[in-house]
Amino acid sequence: MNDNQQIVHTVKEQLRPPIERIPVFRWLKENLFSSWLNVILTVVSTALIVTVVFGLLKWALGARWEVIPANLKLLLVGTYPVEYLWRVWTTGYMIAFLLGFSGGSHGGLMRRVSTTAALISIVLAVLPFPWGTRGWLVGIAVAAAVGFGLGYLGKGIRWCKRLEIAAWILSFPISLVLLNGVGGILPVIGRRTTWGFLLNLIGAVVGIGLSFPIGVLLALGRRSELPAVRWVCTAYIEIIRGVPLISLLFMASIMLQLLLPANIRPDLLIRAMMTVTAFSAAYMAENVRGGLQAIPRGQYEAASAVGLNKALITILIILPQALRLVIPAIVGQFISLFMDTTLFGFIAILELLNITRSIMGNIEWRGTIFELYVFIGIVFWILCYSMSYISRRMEKTLGVGER
Amino acid sequence: MSVTSNEGIIIYRDVHKWYGDFHALRGITFTMQKGEVIVICGPSGSGKSTCIRTINRLEEHQRGQIIVDGVELTNDLRNIDTIRREVGMVFQQFNLFPHLRVLQNVALAPFWVLKMKKSKAEEIAIQLLERVGIPEQAQKYPAQLSGGQQQRVAIARALAMTPKIMLFDEPTSALDPEMIKEVLDVMKELARSGMTMIVVTHEMGFAREVANRIVFFDFGQLIEENTPEEFFHNPQHERTKLFLSQILDY
Ligand SMILES: Nc1ncnc2c1ncn2[C@@H]1O[C@H](COP(=O)(O)OP(=O)(O)OP(=O)(O)O)[C@@H](O)[C@H]1O
Ligand SMILES: [Mg+2]
Repeated sequence: MNDNQQIVHTVKEQLRPPIERIPVFRWLKENLFSSWLNVILTVVSTALIVTVVFGLLKWALGARWEVIPANLKLLLVGTYPVEYLWRVWTTGYMIAFLLGFSGGSHGGLMRRVSTTAALISIVLAVLPFPWGTRGWLVGIAVAAAVGFGLGYLGKGIRWCKRLEIAAWILSFPISLVLLNGVGGILPVIGRRTTWGFLLNLIGAVVGIGLSFPIGVLLALGRRSELPAVRWVCTAYIEIIRGVPLISLLFMASIMLQLLLPANIRPDLLIRAMMTVTAFSAAYMAENVRGGLQAIPRGQYEAASAVGLNKALITILIILPQALRLVIPAIVGQFISLFMDTTLFGFIAILELLNITRSIMGNIEWRGTIFELYVFIGIVFWILCYSMSYISRRMEKTLGVGER
Repeated sequence: MSVTSNEGIIIYRDVHKWYGDFHALRGITFTMQKGEVIVICGPSGSGKSTCIRTINRLEEHQRGQIIVDGVELTNDLRNIDTIRREVGMVFQQFNLFPHLRVLQNVALAPFWVLKMKKSKAEEIAIQLLERVGIPEQAQKYPAQLSGGQQQRVAIARALAMTPKIMLFDEPTSALDPEMIKEVLDVMKELARSGMTMIVVTHEMGFAREVANRIVFFDFGQLIEENTPEEFFHNPQHERTKLFLSQILDY
């Protein structure tokens, strides 16, 4: 007892952790040349890397990159009528404006995304495109900036927030109407033309926008207490997941052609989008279900104990936690849905990949296969990487309250 | 106050509960008066949790009658809703909502269930956080709090519905020793304010000081109920004596 009381506590000054500085030479020795086997492996792989990089560089310098600018319009928007291209740009402006608005009013991730989009359009505007195109591109940055300013002013105002959400939701149908047109007001484009990369984009956005809510509902349905709902959802998920997308697409394109009379049959484009949506929703449902299963029972109990009903428990307590857990899986699903839109080519819908092939068939551009595929790869990579970057940032910002 | 006040705010009549074939509650009968504090103790697996969880229907009983504040618990969802609004519960594992800030954890139910204005609900939440002694933590997430603080948030969350009855299922069992006191202090204050409380706990000091009655459970049955004085000094049953010797004598 007495001993204890005599102990004097002196709090030592807080020290910085030691910084480990490994000399380059030692690092090389430890990691690359630690044994004879490693020496051989290092030398061989260095030689390989050098050869490949040199080969690539040599090819890239001699490649006929002019095939890209010469066919840029064709690649991006297919044979969309030139006189209606303003509709595509207007859609872009609307999205840029909304992005800017959200960036201005929220900060954080949204701000980063909107500024990046504006910066990219400015950088593109500096490139030697035709002057008209450059003007439109600058317009994108301007729209984003205006949106940003307004969003910044409206920050924290309740009705501004509601307006923002409503605008985002409305932007979906508005974009579709703008791009495709409606009878009587805007000339309908439909399948009069090919759409190029625009089709992949629309397919992905529609697919993501619809398959996400449907997937969540399916996942909830699969855990429902009502047996009928549970069985239907389970059957749907399991059947769809057992069939390759490409065969579903063929069914949608050919079998429906035979089964349904032409006047009530939806257009091939719509059928294709419905098919990827239906396909993706089944996978989405399983991802979400994984998240739902990870929520401990205590959360349901605590929420019931304070008097929340089942719907509110699901919306307020369970889904936010479950979805946050499966963000990586969900974004992975988005990405693969985006890639899957290239399968549209197989059912005679001319998307990016298909158009590429038709360009290669042109005598003038014979032998530009690598250039075109590298271009496609880069375009897809940029968008998919952005998605996965956003997903990682979201996980971080949303992860504050993680146990 | 209410019509049934002389009969009791909680009435159990021969309540049975099975988990599959396992007979977890084997005919529980007791009555509790408004403002009473009852401590339930008993060995692990004896059915203490099951019993108090039947009060707000987290578990369903299969036979007998449970009447809470004049409303009988049946499959009628409206009855269950009414009772859940009047009965607050605090869990061993806190069960706070990890994705919501402390303030939102507390203000959630008044806003969504009682349909209060958001500002009003948050005002109440702040008052309750002051009452449990952690107003400065309002903007943090549960994971950023110590166990004792989390449990006090959980108490505030339950109180936000202004319940008539509070249930505590081993509220201090998951806490480090130095945090047990801060939670027990809040509970003592609550008991002094006249709250009707059922507390499952092994904290015999708390039972001695605060409880009006102690109830002893074993094998799904209510073996003995008595005042703390009698319970500790003059236990009636052999099982009770054995249990007391085990928890008090080491
Ligand atoms: N969901 C369940 N399914 C099956 N059996 C259960 C379930 N919940 C509890 N039991 C069983 O019912 C009995 C009573 O459990 P209960 O949780 O009420 O005990 P307890 O007295 O609270 O014990 P402890 O002090 O360990 O919390 C135990 O034997 C337990 O195994
Ligand atoms: Mg228990």
